[in-house]
Amino acid sequence: MLPDGRRLHMQDGPIDVIVEAFGDADEIALAYRAAADRFIEILDELCGELAFLRRPARDDGDLPSGAIARRMLAAVRPYASRVFITPMAAVAGAVAEEILAVMTSAATLSRAYVNDGGDISFHLAPGEKFAVGLVERPDRASLFGTTTIKSGDPIRGIATSGWRGRSFSLGIADAVTVLADTAAMADAAATVVANAVDLPGHPRVGRVRACELAPDNDLGERLVTQSVGELTPGEIGDALEAGIRLAESLCGSGLIRAAALNLQGETRVIGAQDRAQLVNIPVPDGSPVHA
Amino acid sequence: MPVADDAIRCDACPVLCYIKPGRTGACDRYANADGQLVRLDPHVVLERAVSRGDTLVPFLEKSREWDGALVSGEETFVTAIGAGTTYPDYKPAPFIISSEVAGVDMVTVVTEGIFSYCGVKLKIDTDRHLGAECSTVRAQGESVGHVTTNEYGSQMLSLGGVRHLTGGSRHEGTATCDALLNLCNRQAVELKIDDGATVIVQADKAPIVDGVQEERMRVGCGSATIGMFAKQWFGKVDEVVVVDDHITGVLSEHQAGKLLGVPESGIKLKGRRSTPGRYFRVAEPGTSWGGTNIDDPLSILGPFDREVATRGLRLLMVSTTGEHHAYFELDEELHPVEKELPAALRESVERIRENCEPALCTVLFMGGAGGSLRAGVTENPVKLTHSVRDALTRVTCGGAPVYVWPGGGITIMADVSRMPENAFGYVPTPALVAPIEFTLKLSDYATLGGYMDHVRPLSSITSINRDEESRRRLAARPDNPWPLASNKSKK
Repeated sequence: MLPDGRRLHMQDGPIDVIVEAFGDADEIALAYRAAADRFIEILDELCGELAFLRRPARDDGDLPSGAIARRMLAAVRPYASRVFITPMAAVAGAVAEEILAVMTSAATLSRAYVNDGGDISFHLAPGEKFAVGLVERPDRASLFGTTTIKSGDPIRGIATSGWRGRSFSLGIADAVTVLADTAAMADAAATVVANAVDLPGHPRVGRVRACELAPDNDLGERLVTQSVGELTPGEIGDALEAGIRLAESLCGSGLIRAAALNLQGETRVIGAQDRAQLVNIPVPDGSPVHA
Repeated sequence: MPVADDAIRCDACPVLCYIKPGRTGACDRYANADGQLVRLDPHVVLERAVSRGDTLVPFLEKSREWDGALVSGEETFVTAIGAGTTYPDYKPAPFIISSEVAGVDMVTVVTEGIFSYCGVKLKIDTDRHLGAECSTVRAQGESVGHVTTNEYGSQMLSLGGVRHLTGGSRHEGTATCDALLNLCNRQAVELKIDDGATVIVQADKAPIVDGVQEERMRVGCGSATIGMFAKQWFGKVDEVVVVDDHITGVLSEHQAGKLLGVPESGIKLKGRRSTPGRYFRVAEPGTSWGGTNIDDPLSILGPFDREVATRGLRLLMVSTTGEHHAYFELDEELHPVEKELPAALRESVERIRENCEPALCTVLFMGGAGGSLRAGVTENPVKLTHSVRDALTRVTCGGAPVYVWPGGGITIMADVSRMPENAFGYVPTPALVAPIEFTLKLSDYATLGGYMDHVRPLSSITSINRDEESRRRLAARPDNPWPLASNKSKK
């Protein structure tokens, strides 16, 4: 448990999740037990099929055997014919979803979330809601907006992707945060949209072949972003526009519900008619303190 | 197992990453260091804890082995380093930790403050001329501060401050933040002073001025050196000149020499005489003899007075650090001729050297705890200021003592060398992230409007985690006052 006595923190290899459940104390204990029991199986289960999961997804190929692997593949398949994508693009969201699923089937909870390194799956009983804060850059906890998700909304997953995060990105977005029906869908979409926020060939964007950084990475020879110099407002606008066009089409097909794209302090939001509050919300009390 | 291009396979978990030299695996916790698989040092894990908002809490423990217990009451102090904020809650996580110390309930409010108003005061022990007062100091070509006063044996620089951090161009802010962060984390930084020297500075290390590492501080100014060593020279040499950029001393004219009865030597110094035996500006400032620009000590002397000087007169010229010295005797024409330093004088030159302390750079972090930081401690921030002022609340930075400036607000200075390594971070604002802890009696905390419902016992600091090492336990420095020790300095 974390120092607050409320949240459960679990870590295994590269998987690092924070879980919080709300409801009766007994039910919370049941849910945490179920989460921990499932958690210890996950890394071995995924590694058993790692070679398959690192290969590009296909619309029609074989199905993996593990439940999480299937969630991953299902989340990336809609993109398989359009772009290069492997099931690994949805691993964090799929893990979060799986843990949440065992918790909600083991216990009756009013609310719960599973945060797997920033990719979040959550549960809302009827009438419940979650307040969500958005960070400008995944490596820094500074907030640029908040939104509230109610039980009546279809959204149950949030994911963020960007070149500064732990995973490699092909694009230059500092952060693309996506709200979608599931965490795995959000994870896959955030990856794809963050890749699309780009200025191909721009001299101030440093790119390195992924395999030079991590030989067994699923991106292989593809160039991943390692640095982004200062861009002009026009360039920032162009790059964001490319991401926005893609995000809008995904929104139109129901793959995502909303997205916030952030590049060097500029933010664009789509799919947020009711979410005008997504941007420029003053940082609430007690977030990182500015002296 | 070694594979092509020096990558190694990590077997710490079933992912079995191939890790290239200098890179980490997918977990960010294991790395390839020169072909060896290593656990990253706690700092990196800690930094990750900060940036990812984990609630991993480093501990300072008194200098003894950790006994395996999660907490040990008054022996444990929770620092703000790595306390961060708790994403996804994104709420302030000022840890508010209660513990019992000598029967008194104490509370420590722990937060990583983001300081836009901050900088460092840098003391560089050198007599060499680094640059004129008020000159701009640059890092990465950007203006990051200025040269301020020349102190006894040291040059002070003032770096950072809000006008460099956020008042100038973005590049200026970034370069300033970078320089401050590195200095505070005790890394080396190269600074270039306009129309002056390039100096490499690092906390607790000797400065490197224009490529030359400074060894020792001067023992005193030239005049003081005459006073200190006059007796040791008396009878062994007829005249001594201590070359110093500030005040050059001359034994026979100096009060110390007069008292001993040293006869006039007929020596003529260039420069401006201040009082007898004390000369200003015998040369230009520089990085050679005694902080002047001269390589030939005779260049600061005029011809000897033929009425007074005698053939064979023995003259010692020495710098204020003993680093430069030369010995002369006057020939028939009363010209000084360099000779080997006699053994009897060698001793006094050695003594000067011996009395010169090692030259160091020292870095004091200076910052002001602003309104919002204080609001994280209490609902009525001014009460915290008053409590600090009344010495009811002790302020520490990463467990290290701080000096609280008199006057309004909570403006503090702390010696970064007394803080744990890598205690500072940054945010892209740009601003520095520094640990700050407020320790006070629980009853006083209630009085000043503290968040009593957020107070949690020390014993609650625990988490399920395969890698217990990610919590960084450090031995407290024995030379720092223990932050939880009873406060004897009440006004």
